[in-house]
Order: sequence, then structure tokens, then C-alpha cells
Amino acid sequence: MSSQQLNIAAPRSGDIDPKYLRQSASSSSNREMFKWVFMRISGPILLVLIFVHLFSNLMVGDGVHGLNFGLVAGKWASPLWQIWDLTMLWLAMIHGTIGVGTIIDDYTSKDRTRVGFKVALYLASVAIIVLGTLVIFTFEPCMTDAAGNLMDNSPSFCFNQ
Amino acid sequence: MSTATTAQQSPPAQKKSGRGTLYRGKEGMWSWVGHRITGVVIFLFLLVHVLDTALVRVSPEAYDAVIGTYKNWYMALGESGLVAAVIYHAFNGIRIVLVDFWKKGTKYHKHMLWAVMIAWVVVFGAFFVRHMMLVLGG
Repeated sequence: MSSQQLNIAAPRSGDIDPKYLRQSASSSSNREMFKWVFMRISGPILLVLIFVHLFSNLMVGDGVHGLNFGLVAGKWASPLWQIWDLTMLWLAMIHGTIGVGTIIDDYTSKDRTRVGFKVALYLASVAIIVLGTLVIFTFEPCMTDAAGNLMDNSPSFCFNQ
Repeated sequence: MSTATTAQQSPPAQKKSGRGTLYRGKEGMWSWVGHRITGVVIFLFLLVHVLDTALVRVSPEAYDAVIGTYKNWYMALGESGLVAAVIYHAFNGIRIVLVDFWKKGTKYHKHMLWAVMIAWVVVFGAFFVRHMMLVLGG
């Protein structure tokens, strides 16, 4: 975005010390702006994704009593729900990691403490994002045991094959 | 300090409700406190939620066993608390976006907080009634 800068006339715009102008913004303040924008774009998207997620899993049919392996298998048979859940996972985890990171920045005064909490946060976030992504992409609805038999509680459609 | 100064009218008594600031102790601060607390709660749940869902890669039995422990009234109350946090965080988040991007956002930020609270009561109330009926009915 460095090619062209908008120059909108503002009061006292000639008096601003160059160090406060966006042209000279450091990479760290660009990162802060990216985080600020990301929160405001991902937030409303997450509202839709999560409200539909909660409604379809808890409010229709038998609600929480209908939750079981078969329900997950049925949903992830459709690419729509796979993409839905994958988008929700990534956006929610990044949104949450930025949010908790801001809280860590606010309440830790020592560099060592801050870096320690941040490293733990980032490691946990990466682990959960990788795990969740693998689960969605490697999901197997009809799992078999070592002897090749279908496992207990497998969804009914596995037995019809 | 001369006696003349002390004889002058004393300044109005400081009230606890943050006189001299537009923020502290008022709607702006409390909505921010609520946003932080609900955000952390949701994030911690999300870590656990991905882990319990990952059990679908272990075995159908393992997943059903863990999900089965959610199907009672006390876990349903916990879920309701979580959903209450999600709904507040979602609606107040929209309010924050409007404060930042809507021309009149800063003027109406208090009105928007009341709108958030009303929408929260309506949406959470509906969720809570339906969720508890499903849990207790089954």
C-alpha cells in the first residue's frame, strides 16, 4: 500500500511532526492496524457463523440430545459444513488469539512475563488450529478396528455399505 | 493559602460516579469490562471445544461418551452461561464496530448499549427456554 498515499487536507496537517505520519509508520504499528481491522471484519462474520452453528446443533430437532458421532458425520458429509466449520475455527482462533494477546499486553509490565505468556498463547493457538484443521480434513465416518470391523456407535449408514 | 481562598465556596463534592471523566464507571467502561471477560471465557471454551470434537478421530464411542456427559441440567446451565457470553460479545462487538465506523456512532454509543442489552435479553431468553426444555424433556 506504499505506492500511493491519500492526502486529505486536515486542520494543522502541515504542523504534524513527521514521526506521527503514516508514511513513516513502523512495521509494528502496521501490525497493530492489521489486528484492529481483522477484529472488526472477523467479528461480524463470526456472529453469523456461530449463531447458525449454535442454532443448527442445539435448537432444532432433539437439541443437545441429538448430538453424537452420527450428527457430526452427517454434517461433514457436506462440503458446506466442512468449509463452515473450518472458517469458524480459523477466524475464531485468530480473533481470540489477538484478543487475549491484547489483554496480555495490557496486564503484563515486565517484558519477560509478557513474552512468556505470549509464547504460551501462540503455541496453544497454533496447536488447536492445526489439530482442528486435521480433524475436519481427515474425518472418517465409518471407522474400523484392527480386525476390520466397524467400530461401536458408527452411524447407521456405514452398515448399509 | 490565605483565609480569603478557604472562605470561598468549596468545590462541589466529588461523586463516586466518575465526575470529571466521560468514561470511568460509566457505560463505556462497563461494556468494555464485559467484553473482555466474555472474550476470555469464550476463548478458553473454544480450546476445550476443539479438543472434545477431535475425539471423532479417536472413535465414535469415545466421542459419544464425552458428549454424553453434557446431556444433563447442570451442564445445560453451563452451556447457557457460555451462550449468554457469546451473545453479549457478539452484539457488543457490533456496537464497537458501529462506534468506530458509523458517523453517529460515538453520539449514540449509550443508546446502542441499551439496544445490545435488550437484544441480549430477547435472544438469550429464547435460547435458554428452548435449550432447557429440550434438555429436561428428553
